[in-house]
Amino acid sequence: MTAVPNGHDGLITARGLYLSFGAIPALVDVDIDLWPGEVLAVVGESGSGKTTLLNVLSGRVAPDAGAVLYTDPEGEQHDVHTMPAPALRTLHRSDWGFVHQDPKQNLRMNVSAGGNVGERLMARGARHYGTIRAEAIDWLTQVEIDADRVDDLPRTFSGGMLQRLQIARTLVTHPRLVFMDEPTGGLDVSVQARLLDLIRTLVARLGIAAVLVTHDIAVARLLAHRIAVMQRGRVVETGLTDQVLDDPQHAYTQLLVSSVLQV
Amino acid sequence: MIRTEGLAKTFTLHLRGGMQLPVFSGIDLTVHSGECVVLSGPSGAGKSTLMRSLYGNYRAGAGHIWIRHHGGMVDIAASEPRIVLAVRRETLVYVSQFLRVVPRVSTLDIVADEPITRGIAPDEARDMAGSLLLRLNIPRRMHGIPPATFSGGEQQRVNVARGFIAAHPILLLDEPTASLDAENRSVVVGMIQEAKARGTAVVAICHDADVRAAIADRLYPLSPAREAA
Repeated sequence: MTAVPNGHDGLITARGLYLSFGAIPALVDVDIDLWPGEVLAVVGESGSGKTTLLNVLSGRVAPDAGAVLYTDPEGEQHDVHTMPAPALRTLHRSDWGFVHQDPKQNLRMNVSAGGNVGERLMARGARHYGTIRAEAIDWLTQVEIDADRVDDLPRTFSGGMLQRLQIARTLVTHPRLVFMDEPTGGLDVSVQARLLDLIRTLVARLGIAAVLVTHDIAVARLLAHRIAVMQRGRVVETGLTDQVLDDPQHAYTQLLVSSVLQV
Repeated sequence: MIRTEGLAKTFTLHLRGGMQLPVFSGIDLTVHSGECVVLSGPSGAGKSTLMRSLYGNYRAGAGHIWIRHHGGMVDIAASEPRIVLAVRRETLVYVSQFLRVVPRVSTLDIVADEPITRGIAPDEARDMAGSLLLRLNIPRRMHGIPPATFSGGEQQRVNVARGFIAAHPILLLDEPTASLDAENRSVVVGMIQEAKARGTAVVAICHDADVRAAIADRLYPLSPAREAA
């Protein structure tokens, strides 16, 4: 299950992650490898440690033990938890993106839709108003939001539109790696399907790598190349998505897969 | 193109107290370029399981699955996920019995997806997809509709189109004609024969004796494994 540590090709290499909240272990002996352009889904029931893992991989929460290494486009490795805070912030603004389950965590609700998208570009150093606005409109269209909504405030948007706006805001800077926490959670099923196809298409076209946390196995099947199954803070099984779902080896994965309702 | 050595598969059902379900063992199967091998044997003999193992969809319990990929041989049974994905992207196609797709995506886009991922211009890919669907008697007015509402036979033809558009060197076909009428069966048989003439190696499962006679160069018999003691 554990790959040989490899310092030069992997985008993210995490080894021996351990974190406990009081007496409750949230992560135990977790190793994760992510390759450029690869989508990894982390599945498991509530409380299995999925979101904690996402927060530790993205440097938002420090582990008690273990390390997360990120390889930048120049091939240089950075320890996400020992690098200076400003450098980590820069990483989050440029190479990385984060898509939250609740888009309001990421969006600025009193700034126009176009402003929300343009802001990420400005944070990266873009200064020309016309260019920023044109690119913002282009991205709104890519996530299927009408260009004439560019000056509207997000609070006039539906839940599905807010989620698409968050995706536009995240992807406008062409990140190499996106962390997604239940990106389709809390949305109507009809909206989910469209959003899934959108995420799938954009991620494939831009060659983005992603770590996707979901409790929905169908979402994992559609979006992910590879799956890691978590139970009580441990990764109990990992492998090719269709292999893990169609031929699960671990008792917990077999339970998880056999519990899905068929429609 | 394909060579298995001592391939074995046993399912362990943890939810049934760790019950062992042996399917097959000691499978040595070789398939050459331009050749079609039909897996034969009664239901439950493990034909689909063997085919899924060749695709890397099921994990091999023991043995090797050598697949010719870019001139080298790759062991699907022992490769990392990203290697298996690369082999599937460029070498290995599996047409299953059931269509599984992203909901609400049009039939044309589903079929055009593979060439687009390969880097072919979207318009050209859609043209290819359109002609392939027409050849399989899916009329143009249905191309813009997601296949969810299609009949079983129509969905199967969409699945066949999706598999054949790739023109990969190895084709795995699980009952490609099972729910098709005579006319569409002969279209699919024609496509399989053309693929073989191009040098494609084909492994197929088909119960229909006529189809089998038309495509098979050789049968590979499988018999049900005995229950474990």
